[in-house]
Amino acid sequence: MSINATLLGQAISFALFVWFCMKFVWPPLMNAIEERQKKIADGLADASRAEKDLVLAQAKAGEQLKEAKAQAADIIDAASKRRNQIIDEAKNEAEAERAKIIAQGQAEIEAERHRVKEELRKQLAVLAIAGAEKIIERSVDAKASADIIDKLVAEL
Amino acid sequence: MAAQGEALTASGYIQHHLTNLAVGEGFWTWHIDSLLFSVGLGALFLWVFYKVGQKATVGVPGKLQCFIEMLVEFVDGVVKESFHGRNPVIAPLGLTIFVWVFLMNTMDLIPVDFIPHAAAQMGVPYLKIVPTTDLNITLGLSLSVFFLIVYYSIKVKGIKGFTKELTLQPFNHWALIPINFVLESVTLIAKPISLALRLFGNLYAGELIFILIALLPWWSQFVLSVPWAIFHILVIVLQAFIFMMLTIVYLSMAHEDH
Repeated sequence: MSINATLLGQAISFALFVWFCMKFVWPPLMNAIEERQKKIADGLADASRAEKDLVLAQAKAGEQLKEAKAQAADIIDAASKRRNQIIDEAKNEAEAERAKIIAQGQAEIEAERHRVKEELRKQLAVLAIAGAEKIIERSVDAKASADIIDKLVAEL
Repeated sequence: MAAQGEALTASGYIQHHLTNLAVGEGFWTWHIDSLLFSVGLGALFLWVFYKVGQKATVGVPGKLQCFIEMLVEFVDGVVKESFHGRNPVIAPLGLTIFVWVFLMNTMDLIPVDFIPHAAAQMGVPYLKIVPTTDLNITLGLSLSVFFLIVYYSIKVKGIKGFTKELTLQPFNHWALIPINFVLESVTLIAKPISLALRLFGNLYAGELIFILIALLPWWSQFVLSVPWAIFHILVIVLQAFIFMMLTIVYLSMAHEDH
């Protein structure tokens, strides 16, 4: 075993290898590793952010749901109120209509009754006159007593 | 497996396995096999990592990309934990050391005769396939680290600061400067030496035991070699990790201004 020039050869190749490694091997590998680390870190950050977003969205959705429910209840309330109102209005209107119709009917009946009364009176007068004529035919001249009959008719 | 001219004895076999394929004379000897395997494995590591780096997706990664990213993140984490400065060199340096040393150590798990025997068939007399069992390789690494330690010490603290650190510690008194200097120099120089010797010693011993096991009759080898190989998986990773960790710690100390 002797120390010889092999040592120098080894030292030179060592220097060259280290230089090559430093220039061409280390940077791309380190870059890839570091970039991947960054990517993973970003991914994890994104994931945690997404989780937070999800919680927020869920809370928001819950709130909106509650609001919608409240709104729906309000609408139903208002609708039922309105329904009662409409029914009441309709009832009142119907009542009024009924009263009106009844009043009209009564008025008509009154008028008819009046008319019939008049006619009956007239016919009664004619009948009375006819009766009186029959009676008087035997005794009195019709023309002479016509004024009396008219007076009678007027009095009826 | 003995080469031509060597007797087929136990010591010859071991000797053969511990001999590098070398060219050159004296200091200018080159261990072709160590260099070939170390550079080949380093290139393999860089090629695979480069390919994956080019195709790296930010989305869902493939299994290979996942594995490599795990390694990168592991080294990055160690560096961030132990190194309290800002230096773009440290992390890639740690990754290179960890993976490269690990791959070189892993060659230890290939049965000791496979590749040398195949090479012998092709006319290559010697072949040591585990580069980290060659002291030159581990020293080459640790001396580079040592150079970086000195470089960054001077760069961060200045020559004055570095000199102060060598001479005024641990005893802050002018009369004790020589003692301080001796102590601190030993501390400093012990760093690369211990780095290199620790890795070399572990792997050399492991390889030697594999070679010794290979001397047993072929039908009984697995009884020892399998447990040793399984245990060695731990050693391989551990030594690669220790080398990287100590490098990072030493460089971190070099960056600390007192």
